[in-house]
Amino acid sequence: MARRLTHRPRIVTITGKRAETPLVSTLRWRDATKARPGQYVMVWVPGVDEVPMSLCDIGGVKGIAVHAKGEATSALARLRAGDRIGIRGPYGHGFRHKPGKCLVVAGGTGIACLAPLVEKLARRWPRPSVVVGARTRSELLFVERMRRTGAEVVVTTDDGTAGRKGLATDAAYELLNRNRYSQVCSCGPEAMMRVVASLAQCQSAPVQLSLERYMKCGIGICDSCAMGGLHICVEGPVMDSRRVAGLPDFGAFRRDACGRKERM
Amino acid sequence: MADLTVDVAGLRLENPFILASGVWGETGATLARALRAGAAAVVTKSVGLRPRPGYPNPTIVEVPSGLINSMGLPNPGIEEYGAEMEEALRPGRPVIGSIFGATAGEFAALARRMERWGVSALELNLSCPHAKGLGAQLGQDPGTTKRITAAVKAAVDIPVFVKLTPTVASIAAIGRAAAAGGADALVAINTLKAMAIDLDLCIPVLGHGTGGYSGPGIKPVGVACVYELFKAVRVPLIGAGGVSTGEDAAEYLMAGATALEVGTLVLRKRDRTFRQLSRELARFLASRGHRSARSLTGRAHRGD
Repeated sequence: MARRLTHRPRIVTITGKRAETPLVSTLRWRDATKARPGQYVMVWVPGVDEVPMSLCDIGGVKGIAVHAKGEATSALARLRAGDRIGIRGPYGHGFRHKPGKCLVVAGGTGIACLAPLVEKLARRWPRPSVVVGARTRSELLFVERMRRTGAEVVVTTDDGTAGRKGLATDAAYELLNRNRYSQVCSCGPEAMMRVVASLAQCQSAPVQLSLERYMKCGIGICDSCAMGGLHICVEGPVMDSRRVAGLPDFGAFRRDACGRKERM
Repeated sequence: MADLTVDVAGLRLENPFILASGVWGETGATLARALRAGAAAVVTKSVGLRPRPGYPNPTIVEVPSGLINSMGLPNPGIEEYGAEMEEALRPGRPVIGSIFGATAGEFAALARRMERWGVSALELNLSCPHAKGLGAQLGQDPGTTKRITAAVKAAVDIPVFVKLTPTVASIAAIGRAAAAGGADALVAINTLKAMAIDLDLCIPVLGHGTGGYSGPGIKPVGVACVYELFKAVRVPLIGAGGVSTGEDAAEYLMAGATALEVGTLVLRKRDRTFRQLSRELARFLASRGHRSARSLTGRAHRGD
């Protein structure tokens, strides 16, 4: 039997697909590899593309939440149970969890990589606070799943169609005024994460942010996901806000497949 | 402590280890990181006239003794790369500009631009194994190699290196052509054309099908190419292909190299890559009583 090569896709069969929202569906497959909350996998859709996807399930059954946006995610969204995909990873730094109360702030599909973290944290005391924010009711993801963990869940929508009307950062601000947190974890639009990081400064709680950039290799050599000399694929995707906040690209620029900078 | 400094076509290097093109080179900040981590010089990603997205993913796959990649020369185009150069030059160490084009005229235009951005030398990519009408498809022909090299030499004042493909009947013939065109140094070797097939899906893993094989598996091929070139030409040689330890470096030096390019090792060693290689080479030199890295160049030819 040949040695299992780390950076070679292993072919898995999709065992389940579920529409979570009108825009987002989850795909699941059996996969015994170890993963930590916040890690990602490179998902190969044969004949189409290979893209990084955060794991929304990290146990013996792995899962990803697919929001059909580009060519690859649209192809992923068309897959059904029984179809085969290639998986490399899990890759990258996940969330480190420290003892104490944690505030989790998710915007849009950002909850996908945070859900396994909340499930892990909610098993212990003190229970974490989770803000699940979306633009509108139909785009809210994993709210019931978060409630089932026993965490304190605050839902926000920009248009007030569910939960509190307003931004996830408004709810985060109030929670930070009401409770003491020993750490803050966030994933969502970078403009949102920038606010979360600065709000948390008043409690001097360390902040971990999960970032996203265009990726090719996923293993820290091609440089396509570089941001201020750091590789999101290897040194991220979860990074300490102090490391990220000073980077001129954070919340401002990303790069396309050519490596051109474009405004976010 | 053994002397690790070398001189390649007037380029003075603190140690023989240069970051190879295509690794950590899309952004200036990462090139600067490699220089701060002990690389004596860095080679940029190969840059062309216009933005190019490269091939569809997967663009990389591991094989038992290395990697196959089919990035497909992605780059933001020479105009936009100027901003990256500014950052790459910040540590104050040599940056070598890698360029690719389809014609001698394109190469010359790119070379002039790179010279203006402030590179210390140029590296002509005549060896990318998987790009149509570019790279190795030009560098497999001695006449084309000579013509492109001469055009670039006429366009700039800085040293011009030519990176060669091993996928030819005689690398010595190509090396002689590049030298005749005025090349100041030759870099050997680029990756070897290669493929990996997925056994479950029965299709090639890489989006492009074929790619370039790099890593420890190609080191013996690179050493042989450098050995042949050392016999064939008088210009300095930069060895590349699977350098993973100080002893690998010593082998390339003995075959005839003056300096070395390192790429795939960065996958495993990241920021430790260059200092570790320097340390290992120094230890090797001391253990065998060699006074300098320079003194090793071409040693394996003594009996000839």
